[in-house]
Amino acid sequence: MDRELIVAIRDLTCRYADAPRDALREVSLDIHAGEFHAVLGPNGSGKTTLVRAALGLLRPVAGRAEILGRVASEWSRRDLARVVGVVPQREDNAFPQRVRETVLLGRYPHLSLFGSVRETDRAAVERALVACDVRDLSDRWLWTLSGGEYQRVRLARALAQEPRLLVLDEPTTSLDLRHEMELFELVRELVDTRRLGALMITHHVNLAARFADEVLILADGRAAARGAPAEALTRDTVERVFSWPVAIEPFDGRPQMIPLRQRKDAP
Amino acid sequence: MKYVALLSVALATVAAGLLLGPASVPAGEFLRSPIVWQLRLPRVVLAYLVGGALGVTGVALQALVRNPLADPFLLGLSGGAGLGAVVAIALHLPGPWALPLAAFAGAVGAMVLVYRLGLIGGTGGAGGELDPRILLLGGVAVGAFAAAITTALVSLAEAAELRNAFLWLWGGFSAASWTTVLVMLVYAPLPLAVIAAAARPLDLLALGEEPAQYLGADVRRLKQLVYLAASLLTAAAVALSGVIGFVGLIVPHVCRMVWGRLHRTLIPTSFLTGGILLAAADTLARTAVAPRELPVGIVTALIGVPLFAFLLRRWTVS
Repeated sequence: MDRELIVAIRDLTCRYADAPRDALREVSLDIHAGEFHAVLGPNGSGKTTLVRAALGLLRPVAGRAEILGRVASEWSRRDLARVVGVVPQREDNAFPQRVRETVLLGRYPHLSLFGSVRETDRAAVERALVACDVRDLSDRWLWTLSGGEYQRVRLARALAQEPRLLVLDEPTTSLDLRHEMELFELVRELVDTRRLGALMITHHVNLAARFADEVLILADGRAAARGAPAEALTRDTVERVFSWPVAIEPFDGRPQMIPLRQRKDAP
Repeated sequence: MKYVALLSVALATVAAGLLLGPASVPAGEFLRSPIVWQLRLPRVVLAYLVGGALGVTGVALQALVRNPLADPFLLGLSGGAGLGAVVAIALHLPGPWALPLAAFAGAVGAMVLVYRLGLIGGTGGAGGELDPRILLLGGVAVGAFAAAITTALVSLAEAAELRNAFLWLWGGFSAASWTTVLVMLVYAPLPLAVIAAAARPLDLLALGEEPAQYLGADVRRLKQLVYLAASLLTAAAVALSGVIGFVGLIVPHVCRMVWGRLHRTLIPTSFLTGGILLAAADTLARTAVAPRELPVGIVTALIGVPLFAFLLRRWTVS
């Protein structure tokens, strides 16, 4: 079985200019082909910083981040975009655009400077549209899509890059139950069938526990826990990291978190 | 089909520029007339090249600052060029090239200043990152400052100088010659090629800087290269023809409405359309009140402002 190491992060420490403390402190993470990793943690705990540093947009103060054995910041953006597809948390849509055009942007790292779109590029776009079940929407304008459709289109764009690793930054925020589940199922399926690595930042502790192979829980830039969901998501850790009392119950062999009420008359 | 139409209009515009003029050229002598060969043709060609350059610059800068209201002159270049030109006039610098060179120097000076202002977070030799918003604000500030000095100089000048300076500031092609055409033909291809090579990364930049990087654009280098190329192109255009507004603002909008938002088509069509607009405007400028001549910047403003108002209205309604 192909278990190639795609991302290797060792004791990564990052600090933004003029910040009083490290945004990320001695965090380690390995992602192999065919593994789904979830990153959990409260707002401001360093989740997005981890992605930026892992993908070479932020130079670490100490430690190292490597992609396929090469230091992340040494990759050219173009080469890296052929290996890693990202669905960022936010992006602008300054000008109106159709679904197929949007997905075609994922082919840009594969196109030569003045060369035009080739048959292989069109085929990759079609495959990505089919894989994300948005082919019927190909000719629709982006702004006419629902939130769930829009996220699937953006995932299709990342797939059109034909990457080895998918990175998704809070892709299901503001999605309803069905669309949220569909997206998690889709990522899981891509990881299993195509042997992609996946790194997903999410606030959904329970879905991360159900779908991911490993979770990394960040608190104040440090790894509070790391490992298989059953090991990492203990009541102690979750309560400490999220500052709220919870119960942890097993379901389907995975831990599920139930937040507890904080009674007003409690001592 | 749309391309054929565009090319036909381009050819028709150039033909009209050759046929129309204050002097009447007998049909039989048309192909041998020095008026056509030495005056009208270089003038039409120069107007076309400058218009095309301004159109492309507008597209590039609007994509760069991700603001559809960006215009080559919003970045302070016209102010710098105007100041340089007025200084040359006030100092009575001799020679036919004194004024364009001074204007060019002024525009480049403004460009360097605005660039420095827009560069933020630089640490030592590592260099900073261009912030498009700061770039715009810096451009407005530098432009206003240069305009203030220009007006001060003009207000102290004698009547004849004042008229010269004023006319130059509104742009015109009466000084066009084959030499100026040659200068533009030698100078423009490099910055135009830099912008054309950036067509796809500029598409990506519309998503925002971070998403663009994840799709393979080297955003930092892209911003610097495109800003420098666009500014140098504008500086040359201003130096050869004075300040001609609205071409760089209107043309990209019109092209985006017809051709869509991808820069691989936007850049060449903006060149063709900008050329059409300015060549037509110049023909109008020298025939409307013949034998006198209007500054071409006035014609482009008279065409451009209503058109811009119309476009603005269309957006705000939809």
